[in-house]
Amino acid sequence: MPLNPEQIRKDFPALHQQVNGRDLVYLDNAATTQKPQQVIDRLQRYYTTENSNIHRGAHFLSQQATEAYEGARKTIRGFLNAPHERQVIFTRGTTESINLVASSFCKKFVQAGDEVLVSAMEHHSNIVPWQIACQDRQARLKVIPINDRGELLMDEYRELLNNRTRIVAVTHVSNALGSINPIREMIRLAHEKDIPVLIDGAQAVPHLSVDVQELDCDFYCISAHKMYGPMGVGVLYGKEEWLEKLPPYQGGGEMIRDVRFSGTTYNELPFKFEAGTPNVGDVLGMEAAVKYLQQFDAGDLAAYEEQLLHYALEQLQAFEQIRFVGSAEMRTGVVSFLFEDIHPYDTGTILDKMGIAVRTGHHCAQPLMEFFGIPGTVRVSLGIYNTRAEIDALVEGLKIVRNMFG
Amino acid sequence: MSIKEKEQQVIEEFGLFDDWMDKYNYLIELGKELPLLDESLKVEKYLISGCQAQVWLHAGFRDGKVVFTADSDALITKGIVALLIRVLSGHSPQEILESDLSFIDEIGLKEHLSQTRSNGLVNMIKQMRLYAMAFQAKSIGNQ
Repeated sequence: MPLNPEQIRKDFPALHQQVNGRDLVYLDNAATTQKPQQVIDRLQRYYTTENSNIHRGAHFLSQQATEAYEGARKTIRGFLNAPHERQVIFTRGTTESINLVASSFCKKFVQAGDEVLVSAMEHHSNIVPWQIACQDRQARLKVIPINDRGELLMDEYRELLNNRTRIVAVTHVSNALGSINPIREMIRLAHEKDIPVLIDGAQAVPHLSVDVQELDCDFYCISAHKMYGPMGVGVLYGKEEWLEKLPPYQGGGEMIRDVRFSGTTYNELPFKFEAGTPNVGDVLGMEAAVKYLQQFDAGDLAAYEEQLLHYALEQLQAFEQIRFVGSAEMRTGVVSFLFEDIHPYDTGTILDKMGIAVRTGHHCAQPLMEFFGIPGTVRVSLGIYNTRAEIDALVEGLKIVRNMFG
Repeated sequence: MSIKEKEQQVIEEFGLFDDWMDKYNYLIELGKELPLLDESLKVEKYLISGCQAQVWLHAGFRDGKVVFTADSDALITKGIVALLIRVLSGHSPQEILESDLSFIDEIGLKEHLSQTRSNGLVNMIKQMRLYAMAFQAKSIGNQ
């Protein structure tokens, strides 16, 4: 059944407000998505009646909160099709998930002269943790190049995989361009040489259905807030063999079995990587977001967003002076562009005056902007609640921008 | 004219506009008029980086007065830069350090000075004050 965006919009209270005297047109979903009432209600219910610290206390509330928290882990296991719940580790988000692996993996498996492979289109979150770890280990960070369309060069990738490569870290979907990378093939190629692969899935899970077993990735990282859930929570999925081998990332409560001054033994998975009191409320909010998404058919959702992307591209192409940045064949609902000779900041400021929220700047992907030789772009990123009428509003807004600066 | 009087003048000018579009059109015009910084000064040394829009600021000191020139790659930012220069340039370090620039708020452009905008303006104002402090220290030293 085709998606009904008008119906969906009713679930998102934040969409129904005026900004600068106009109806809000929210087209910044790659930065963060709005939250449905179901997620907001779940957070409120937790803090109203269920709040308690988990995995300890013998009392009723603690037991109930523990069950809810572990239930959320089950739901997310199903969402990613992970083999087992103990492979689902709750973190603060994709950034922390990547930092965890970069730190723990490199500490144990990366030596001086080894190489870590990332791509030219990575978000800073999938560059800097590896830079820090490589510096620490005196290893080298190598970069898979891209073409002008914003697609990874697979031949170069094959050549970069060598016997010094210890791990590949690449994004599933580019946050700045929307390109969908051929990660299944990339994982297969890396595995031929016994190299594990980490996937930054932050921009993928809101749009594509992800099956970590089918992908055969070694690590997969996601954030709740990019998929209609709360901020400050995310997941690291890992293959059990790797998670067992990695040393703990942070020390504290929850992650230990026995603590003695003579030495500490660590808890089993997934708790080994969940130091300190977890973010229970937001984990439950994340579960609500997953359930919210699961009520739609993944195919319908993708089909709707693709239709809307094509509509947006068609409408924007009518402008003579527009330069699209990134035109990958496989992409999600992201359109990055430069408009006339107008600075992205100027375009974004005037659109904001008309209640239209877009992102401008380098999108935390400075090396990518450097590749295209531009300071930044205007980025329109779509979500399940966006409509053709909103694209029309954007086009009208851009006409006004053109008149003001022209 | 004192800094306060100049601020008042700007507030009166902006009071003429009925809607945001007229106001921004005026800012864009101001941005276009601002005497461009000499290309030789548009270098890293004078760059005030922001994640979105960049600003270059140069300061000179003549007869006890600070003279600012600046540029930005975004026109709206440049328009605001022009206002700041009009108000602050040509004044003594002491006057500059005593100014609170509340006119920006009064003409409804405060949002551009928020950290989230990351357009270099906040750091530009800091930098203008730092120049004023440095020139003040230097002139006291010379006496």
